[in-house]
Amino acid sequence: MAVTQETPATSGPRAATPAASGSTRRIRRRGEGLMGAAMVGPAVLLLIVFFFVPVALCFALAFTNARLISPEPAKIIGFENFSRLFGDPVFWKALRNTFYFAVVVVPLQSGFALLLALLVNARIRGVNFFRTMYFVPVVTSIVVVSILWKFMYQPDGLINHMLGALTFNVVQGTDWLNNLTAAMPAIMFMSIWQAVGFHMVIWLSGLQTIPGELYEAAELDGAGKWQQFRYITWPGLKATRTFILVTITIAALSLFAQINVMTQGGPLDRTSTVVFQAVRVGYGQQETAYASTISLVFFVLVLAVSLVQRYLTREKG
Amino acid sequence: MRWHRPRPLASASVVALAAVLVLAGCGGKAPSSGGGGTSSGGELTLWTHNAGNKVELSLVQHIVDDYNATNPKAKVKLQAFPQAAYNDAVTAAATAKKLPCILDIDAPIVPNWAWAGYLVPLDLPQDLVGKQLPSTLGKWKDNLYSIGYYDAALALFARKSALDAAGLPVATIDKPWTAQQFDQGLAKLKASGKYPILFDLGTGDPTPEWWTYGYSPFLQSFGGDLIDRNSYTTASGVLNGDKALAWANWFQGLIKSKYTPAKSSSDAFADFVNGKSAMVWSGVWNATTIDKVKDGVVMPPPDFGTGPKIGGGSWQWGISSGCTNKSGALDYLKFSLQAKYLAQFANKLGLIPATDEAAAQAEGWGPNGARRFYLDESKKFAVIRPPTPGYPYITTTFAKAAQDIVAGGDPKKILDQAASNIDQNLKSNDNYGA
Amino acid sequence: MTTLDQAQAPSRAAPAAEKTRRPGLRRAGGYLVRFLLVVFFAFPLVFMFMSSLKPDEQIFADLSSIKAFLPVGDISLANYTGVFDTVPAGRFLLNSIVITTLIVLVGLLVNSMAAFALSRMRWRGKSVVLAAIIATLVVPFETFALPLLWWVNKLPWFLFQGGQLYYTTGWLDTYRVQIFPFLANAFSIYLFYSYFQSIPTTLDEAARVDGAGWFRIYRSVVMPLAGPAIATVAILTFLPAWNSYLWPLMVVQSENLRPVMVGISYFQQLKVLWGQIMAYSTLITIPVLVMFLALQRQFIRSIASAGVKG
Repeated sequence: MAVTQETPATSGPRAATPAASGSTRRIRRRGEGLMGAAMVGPAVLLLIVFFFVPVALCFALAFTNARLISPEPAKIIGFENFSRLFGDPVFWKALRNTFYFAVVVVPLQSGFALLLALLVNARIRGVNFFRTMYFVPVVTSIVVVSILWKFMYQPDGLINHMLGALTFNVVQGTDWLNNLTAAMPAIMFMSIWQAVGFHMVIWLSGLQTIPGELYEAAELDGAGKWQQFRYITWPGLKATRTFILVTITIAALSLFAQINVMTQGGPLDRTSTVVFQAVRVGYGQQETAYASTISLVFFVLVLAVSLVQRYLTREKG
Repeated sequence: MRWHRPRPLASASVVALAAVLVLAGCGGKAPSSGGGGTSSGGELTLWTHNAGNKVELSLVQHIVDDYNATNPKAKVKLQAFPQAAYNDAVTAAATAKKLPCILDIDAPIVPNWAWAGYLVPLDLPQDLVGKQLPSTLGKWKDNLYSIGYYDAALALFARKSALDAAGLPVATIDKPWTAQQFDQGLAKLKASGKYPILFDLGTGDPTPEWWTYGYSPFLQSFGGDLIDRNSYTTASGVLNGDKALAWANWFQGLIKSKYTPAKSSSDAFADFVNGKSAMVWSGVWNATTIDKVKDGVVMPPPDFGTGPKIGGGSWQWGISSGCTNKSGALDYLKFSLQAKYLAQFANKLGLIPATDEAAAQAEGWGPNGARRFYLDESKKFAVIRPPTPGYPYITTTFAKAAQDIVAGGDPKKILDQAASNIDQNLKSNDNYGA
Repeated sequence: MTTLDQAQAPSRAAPAAEKTRRPGLRRAGGYLVRFLLVVFFAFPLVFMFMSSLKPDEQIFADLSSIKAFLPVGDISLANYTGVFDTVPAGRFLLNSIVITTLIVLVGLLVNSMAAFALSRMRWRGKSVVLAAIIATLVVPFETFALPLLWWVNKLPWFLFQGGQLYYTTGWLDTYRVQIFPFLANAFSIYLFYSYFQSIPTTLDEAARVDGAGWFRIYRSVVMPLAGPAIATVAILTFLPAWNSYLWPLMVVQSENLRPVMVGISYFQQLKVLWGQIMAYSTLITIPVLVMFLALQRQFIRSIASAGVKG
């Protein structure tokens, strides 16, 4: 995504007014600079006040021993929190789980969303209905969704009943949220279910911008459907791909709400994630500074992953 | 020329911006003098945790109304919060130095807030305090910081028919089951195969405080504890000693033998009423619901070595240090502790009245009353959660340890880790002034 | 794949012969797949709605069978009336509507202006600002919520009351604390930014020839054409604002300022009121669904430019 590049758009107006003299241009540019600052001003000011300052505070706290509730003021303790964090096995487990979740969910969810988009990018009757239904889970609060799915994942819950019914009792369900290996996949399944509609819509828009003539030409040349997908659809979706990749990854690495309501990080830390640890430590155990340490490490981590992703998917040439 | 008239949406945005600024001014409270607790006019703010609980809220409101009627000078203003969000709300307010004058607090948190300087010691007359059940008093370092109108109690609810099938007598306060008896009974019940769940512990509730409140009494009955109550400076030996290990093995054994599910449904009592379980570990808040079960009985837990133990201490009232009218707040508290009000809580909510006087006035709580069981049980078996400012850390650590034990981890390692974490936390906080 | 065939249909005039040769069976199969997916996505919501009509114990009793999705047994609206008893649902809904609408509308203004400046104007520090804005996408809210809480309490505000200008610190327990932190939104800025790039600058030039300044161009040339982007940003900011739970829980104490999601915690007392939670959840999902349906057409078309450009 060329977000950091100067766009050619701004060179248009100036090129179109050759009559303007040099000084007028300079004045216009200065006025433009002021105007630009004025227009971007409110957003930047709001972001500074409500984002950059608290985030800076948060990161600064990581170097102290601040607590949520304490009669004593916080002291600066340098890197102690960090050494404690890196020596904490629960943190590493949380990190591993977070990556596990992201590595599985990102491709699965993107792929499933693409499939859904292809299904609803059709001129068939009722396509609006389908589109809405697929989007409905996105629209429901995660708190409600988690409560519902907890019901369903119980040993005698709906999931197991359906599994039994659909496979004629060949496949026996398990106690999903208490099974050491099944717990995380259960959370993954639920999360994908909930968020896939959103990305479906993004893919959909990407599909609609591919010119129909390309498909016509391909048909005339005798290309089959798979080849059309591979040589027309897929390349045409490149920009969409990157956008989705970046946003799904960030969301996946930030997994928290479902864990909080459904498993509390269990069983045996198998579903604990980095953000969940940060919240538990900060609010539950009242160790604000330690939670900030986790947050800072998390930020660096996600930033690194995003940068790598953008580098790998950059426009070549 | 391609100019369009400004779109309605753009105008709407500007109007909205203006609205935000105006609304933002209206949405807040009037600027108050000084720290908090009272606005001008001697108004005392009171916060309580029972938003959503119509009955309890109306009882508190009733006391407030009565007080305001007899004291036109100092008005008490009530603000209700949902229980699930209450502690966070208070902490946030404390950060902002905007605590109310009078507030209720969940008993185990009292030492933590007292240590943090949120609360002031209550200067109540001894004859008033002496009447109260000990578990309704929040003490720390020999000062009284909070006092409660009622207490709650845990109990074992069962079906008589299930007990018969298990060959177990109905346990009473004088004759509770022994550990062995309980175990044999469970085995027999399992063999009979009548119930999918034998003894529902209620592990489906994710709240950490339930895990500590509900399951540490078993630990204490075995002889272990959350922290050494002689010094309050260490958990080693009590949380990971032999007795604690015995508890952990028993606890894990219940799940391994499939007497209880690792994660019960979100509402274990509903399952019990629906016939899914033979026995359920719950509390006095289900005292009326048990009536839906035809042959339901209420019993104390088994004696695992040091006598049956249940939790103690529920919501209690205190005064914040930022209150500018502490005498008024104290006056209100004294007023609210009248027996007639305490009896109301017992009557309408079914919770244990804090004084015998109130018990006499409340229906069913007299010496032979239908509800008397809970009061006697509490008097004999209640153990309050350790009154130490380190409690928030202890409870989250213990809850996690209990969850890990239920999930099948190595009990010794889990308890050792928990004890060492608690010790480290105590050390890094200078033992919280113990 | 059937779907691809049909995907091409909108973009070209399919020869009639081609269409009639396509077997009806394939089409039926396509419908079946789509319908199964509807069941897959909608069933928990059916469960939620059905449970909202049942008493608590029955919800749990029905859980283990197909009855969970059926309106059988003791059906009534008791939970709904109970909801209004337990919780001032009307007030919460009103608060949420007010707060969310303000966040959306003012956000549209603020973010589109910023995106306009970033995409069409030239000024010093532009790339830095753009990069910083993108970086904010990386930090989840929970991680800095506490410092924000502390910080927001230190912020000043001016009140005009009783004819006097008051200066007060602390934003807790107000509407503004639920609105201001969420007005500037990197995601929205980025969406507008991509969309604006697809609007040709020749229009700007025409306007400039007539003497229009940058703001005029923004207001009268670019924004009127950004309808689809506006719809997208509207729904994308509406959703998280409507669903906000953690922040209001921390900063709002007065009951009459609470938004809708905090209401859920009212039902979680010592004895949880499951049926009422279901009823309440059904009630609070409706406005969002309505909004989505209304914007659906615009929404889908507008994401078109966002995902693709740049």
